[in-house]
Amino acid sequence: MSTQMHAITVTVNGKQYSRQVEGRLLLSDFLRHDLLLAGTHVGCEHGVCGACTVIFDGAPVRSCLMFAAQTDGHRIETVEGLAADRDHLHPLQQAMRDCHGLQCGYCTPGILMTMKVFLEDNPNPDEAQIREALSGNLCRCTGYQHIVEAVQLAAERMRK
Amino acid sequence: MKPAPFQYVAARTIEQALQLKAEHGDEARFLAGGQSLVPTMNFRLTQPAMLIDINPLHELAGLGNGPAVRLRIGALTRYRSLERDPATARHLPLIAEALPLIAHPQIRNRGTIGGNLAHADPASEMPAIVLTLGGRLRARSAKGERWIDAADFFVGALTTALEPDEMLMEVELPKAPPRSGACFMEMSRRRGDFAIIGVACIVRLDEAGRCAEARIGLCNAGDGPVFAARASASLTGRTVGSVEIGEAAKLVQSDIDPGGSIHASKEFQRHIAGVLTTRALARANERARGAA
Amino acid sequence: MNVATRNFGAPIRRNEDPRLLSGQALFVDDVELPGMLYAAFLRSNVAHARIRSIDVAAARARDGVAAVYTAADLGDYWAPGPLLVPPPPIEGITFNQRTQVPLAKDKVRHVGEPLAVVLAQSRYLAEDALNDIAVELDPLPAVVDLEKALTGEARVHDDVRGNVAARVRQCRGDYAAARSRAKHVIARRFHYDHGASSPIETRGIVASWDARANQLTIWDTTQAPVFLRNGLAGMLGLSERQVRVIAPFVGGGFGPKIMLFYPEEVVIPWAAKRHNCPIKWIEDRLEHFFATTQERGQTHDAEIALDADGRILGVKDVFLHDTGAYNPYGLTVPINSQCTLLGPYVIPSYDSTFTAIFTTKPIVTPYRGAGRQHGVFVIERLLDIAAHELKIDRVEIRRSNLIPPDAFPYNNEIIYQDFAPLTYDSGNYEPILDKALAMIGYRTFLAGEQQKLRAQGRHVGVGVACYVEGTGIGPYEGAKVQVQANGRVSVATGIGTQGQGHFTSFAQIVADQLGVEVPDVDIVTGDTDQFYWGAGTFASRGAVVAGNAVNEAAKAVRQKILKLAAEHFECAEEDLEIANGEVSVTGVPGQAIKLGALALKANPMRGAVKPGAEPGLESTQYFGPPSGATASGVHAMIVEVDPQTFALDVLKYVVVHDCGTVINPLILAGQIHGGVAQGVGNAFYERLVFDDDGQLLNASLADYLLPTALEVPHMDIAHTVTVSPLNPLGIKGAGEAGAIPVGPLFAQAIEDALGLLDRDVELNEIPLSPGRLFELTAKLR
Ligand SMILES: Cc1cc2nc3c(=O)[nH]c(=O)nc-3n(C[C@H](O)[C@H](O)[C@H](O)COP(=O)(O)OP(=O)(O)OC[C@H]3O[C@@H](n4cnc5c(N)ncnc54)[C@H](O)[C@@H]3O)c2cc1C
Ligand code: FES
Ligand code: FES
Repeated sequence: MSTQMHAITVTVNGKQYSRQVEGRLLLSDFLRHDLLLAGTHVGCEHGVCGACTVIFDGAPVRSCLMFAAQTDGHRIETVEGLAADRDHLHPLQQAMRDCHGLQCGYCTPGILMTMKVFLEDNPNPDEAQIREALSGNLCRCTGYQHIVEAVQLAAERMRK
Repeated sequence: MKPAPFQYVAARTIEQALQLKAEHGDEARFLAGGQSLVPTMNFRLTQPAMLIDINPLHELAGLGNGPAVRLRIGALTRYRSLERDPATARHLPLIAEALPLIAHPQIRNRGTIGGNLAHADPASEMPAIVLTLGGRLRARSAKGERWIDAADFFVGALTTALEPDEMLMEVELPKAPPRSGACFMEMSRRRGDFAIIGVACIVRLDEAGRCAEARIGLCNAGDGPVFAARASASLTGRTVGSVEIGEAAKLVQSDIDPGGSIHASKEFQRHIAGVLTTRALARANERARGAA
Repeated sequence: MNVATRNFGAPIRRNEDPRLLSGQALFVDDVELPGMLYAAFLRSNVAHARIRSIDVAAARARDGVAAVYTAADLGDYWAPGPLLVPPPPIEGITFNQRTQVPLAKDKVRHVGEPLAVVLAQSRYLAEDALNDIAVELDPLPAVVDLEKALTGEARVHDDVRGNVAARVRQCRGDYAAARSRAKHVIARRFHYDHGASSPIETRGIVASWDARANQLTIWDTTQAPVFLRNGLAGMLGLSERQVRVIAPFVGGGFGPKIMLFYPEEVVIPWAAKRHNCPIKWIEDRLEHFFATTQERGQTHDAEIALDADGRILGVKDVFLHDTGAYNPYGLTVPINSQCTLLGPYVIPSYDSTFTAIFTTKPIVTPYRGAGRQHGVFVIERLLDIAAHELKIDRVEIRRSNLIPPDAFPYNNEIIYQDFAPLTYDSGNYEPILDKALAMIGYRTFLAGEQQKLRAQGRHVGVGVACYVEGTGIGPYEGAKVQVQANGRVSVATGIGTQGQGHFTSFAQIVADQLGVEVPDVDIVTGDTDQFYWGAGTFASRGAVVAGNAVNEAAKAVRQKILKLAAEHFECAEEDLEIANGEVSVTGVPGQAIKLGALALKANPMRGAVKPGAEPGLESTQYFGPPSGATASGVHAMIVEVDPQTFALDVLKYVVVHDCGTVINPLILAGQIHGGVAQGVGNAFYERLVFDDDGQLLNASLADYLLPTALEVPHMDIAHTVTVSPLNPLGIKGAGEAGAIPVGPLFAQAIEDALGLLDRDVELNEIPLSPGRLFELTAKLR
């Protein structure tokens, strides 16, 4: 089969990108290897680990379960867009650092993108709600406790 | 784990999508949320020649009124929008209770009711619920359209009555009637995993507080969603108490034929079906009394 | 003048986090190089077979494919891998070395063993081409069950009879005599299965050959970059200086990422050199279940001999260990099981024999705990059963057998994985136990709460388990500390880091010695061009061994700073103070020089230096502990069990731990949390299910159940501190402690919740699950 390419224009972290993509190119690979936004990680490519989570039109989704071709005309946010620079972290990033919410940091971008939207929807969550919202992101290092604390701290700071 | 090559087409209209499906039949697949289809493609267990992306067809999404006391859910309606729609909790309490148990937030943001029902995973919650509610489904092809009762729609594991040229358009479900209570319960290894067993129960009471109608359905209890007809019928006309519930649970256990898996043996599934039926029926009955 | 400990011991935020949090940290798959080719491996889909033929012609002809190689193409380069850990010097042992090969030649011995590699323009195309390869295999019977394997009807390695990879007996005292004196002898069979480490980042490698510089650069998810470099240089006929291995940020290791040489690590650099272009291979999650090493099962027939009061007279244990298709890691895992069984207890006589068995399953090498769990499970279960039979409290039987605080160093008289006698350096166990009991509320729970809950129809139970953990073994690590002209301090060590916070804990050590702030210390780990020597991150040794090397190097630099500053100010070293990034003369305002300026002075452009002077404020030091330091701890939990569905709800979880001096309590807590989470997975969720044909039935994260935030309980952690006399910082490792005792803890607490021991049901296996509990309690229904 000759490879058919699709022209897409997609807005990632506020910036427009126009690219030609093959129909089967996974969104995760497109972000990482075509746009060189490698902060979005890949851990399973079957929708379970959550490392690849990005915000698609305002909702966290698995980028390994979407095709780049589907993003034409849409809006994506990735971890690279969370903070202006390393010295001005998003409250969630800052709280993750303050609470030691990451170890190897591989799961972290997916968790940040999930929890960013969660906190926008639930500014004052309790521990049970946070754990529930986190359950779609696997972390093999932290045992989740410091992440839960970080989300609580971020929520508190963001309410102020 | 990268998918095999395929031709990608973003559908512009329903007609175009149906036309393509008519031309390519089983070689082509509709792409809805992709939450079932894409993982199997990444494992290369599914290698369709063409994907017809129906996500641009916004007219396929939404929850609206059907005729009389019925609601219609468009095939492209995402779990997430049902979760957020207050009508779900009010009129479709079974679904409202089951939604948080389906996968994880990110997957519910993408996964669609139509994709789920067309996929017809026997372990999935929604097919069992649609069957328990006695819903019906509208299928359409380039040639025309038809309504299919849930009882006829789910043919077997990952198999439905849809023809290769048909698209699932919507599902129609009855609103919860007065004096009724519903309960969905499941057991899974981890939250968000497919259920070892799931049980959906509805109890509707007559004015005297006896059971006017009961409906019990299960997921992962056979090679498709199961409606426990004998157990459901056993409650009609009776005042539902622990004896009646116990009998119904026994009937459920003898009516189902779970397949067993590495997570649970058939015997354990049957045991859990009994336990959860007992609990869910009692809860549904309580709720019906509360509503009466 | 004293060294301030402003940072050492404090919960300092991590230096590495800003990069990780903003998506700017480099992981192996982030390496993008022009002209790169992408590799995919064709892997055996059967567990055991003779290879009749592999036809790659069609794959080679496919558009976008650069090359396809099989074992035949590797020529003389093809060779079985080295034995990483030779067997310890134990008398009378049997050991049959059979190590993995780069691409299977005559036989395949487990599902997933690589047969061929495709190099193509993209990973997508490479996977397409895998389908073009035609393989003819003559299937052989799989070797799955350990006891059946011993009959030797089917042989994993044609020349290894009975599939015996090793047999080792270690004894202390005279068990037979102890047994004959014993009032009680309790014998049981135990099964303990441990699973796949499953870091969220799988393995990967990028190799790039620069023909102009004659230099090979490799980015690899390894925990042991220096060994990888040395080995590859040898295999490829290069000198070590021509090979640079970089372990950048690595997304979790937990042991299997230290294994070398994985077939891919042998094949990809070779191909990069041959093609003179960069090649990337990233393991996908499906491959990970076969291609990355795992841990698995042991079956123990164990007995314990006790006197009338429940004092241990001796333990005898005979066990079978599944080592998988090859044994490149020697005996590390079963020796750990054998040694760790002894726990914190006085066990005067011990007679332990194990047989390691080849099976047609993926290779077994250490995964967090590295066999310790298996041993701890056996002794803790034996004590639970003994307590029940002797009608002694579970905690009291433990307490009365603990090694007393005045008995250290305590020699167990058998040989440990580091070839040294198993000697506990220091410890004080009873306070740990008491603290854990107080935190969990053991007495009040058993004295009334439990019955009260029971009356409400709730089945709630308590568990308490003890363990020791051998950590921080040799041989050595090194570190180079260097003050830069801009005043920052750079530190390089040879170990790799996979999230343990080395960028911060090492910086804390240096910051205190050199009077700078933690964020002003830049740590480089895992780049063989930055630091030449080292062993790797394993066996909870990074902080202990490399941390002490860092400390020694920082101390040496401190001396240089003082010496140079004393010359500069023409004063005595004693009159100097190092703080805030400068050296000042005590009590003389304005008399100060920045460390950066001093560093510049240490490398003059002109003039004469004194004979023997070294340029720069720099030092490289090495540290090798005489033997391992032994950490210890107690976990306790309260669990509610649904007696009908066997669903669990952990209501309270407590860890009390002694790992000597604590460098950073935040990082330590994280290590323990993560360990417990993996322990919980092991105890109740994760099981690798192989069928009789050696096929893994759950090779996906949908079916191999890693615990989520809803399955891992909230934990309360406390510490006691018994410093290690074996290193100047007094630290012991902590990497594995969280994971070790969770299995027996679950078994005990679930038994207690359901009152199983009173009804003759014992939980003598791990992992458990609701379905398994249903089966094990069948006779009660
Ligand atoms: C980690 C994970 C956990 C999950 N857990 C659960 C769970 O607990 N319970 C559960 O029920 N599900 C679970 N799912 C599956 C999820 O619910 C899917 O979203 C859903 O089953 C399919 O919906 P979809 O829109 O994503 O369909 P798709 O994946 O897009 O499609 C599924 C199938 O239906 C076909 N199809 C789609 N739309 C139509 C249409 N309108 N007409 C005809 N055919 C159509 C497709 O061609 C395809 O064959 C899980 C998924 C993941 C990744
Ligand atoms: S990589 Fe997408 S969910 Fe794991
Ligand atoms: S921090 Fe390593 S996986 Fe989460």
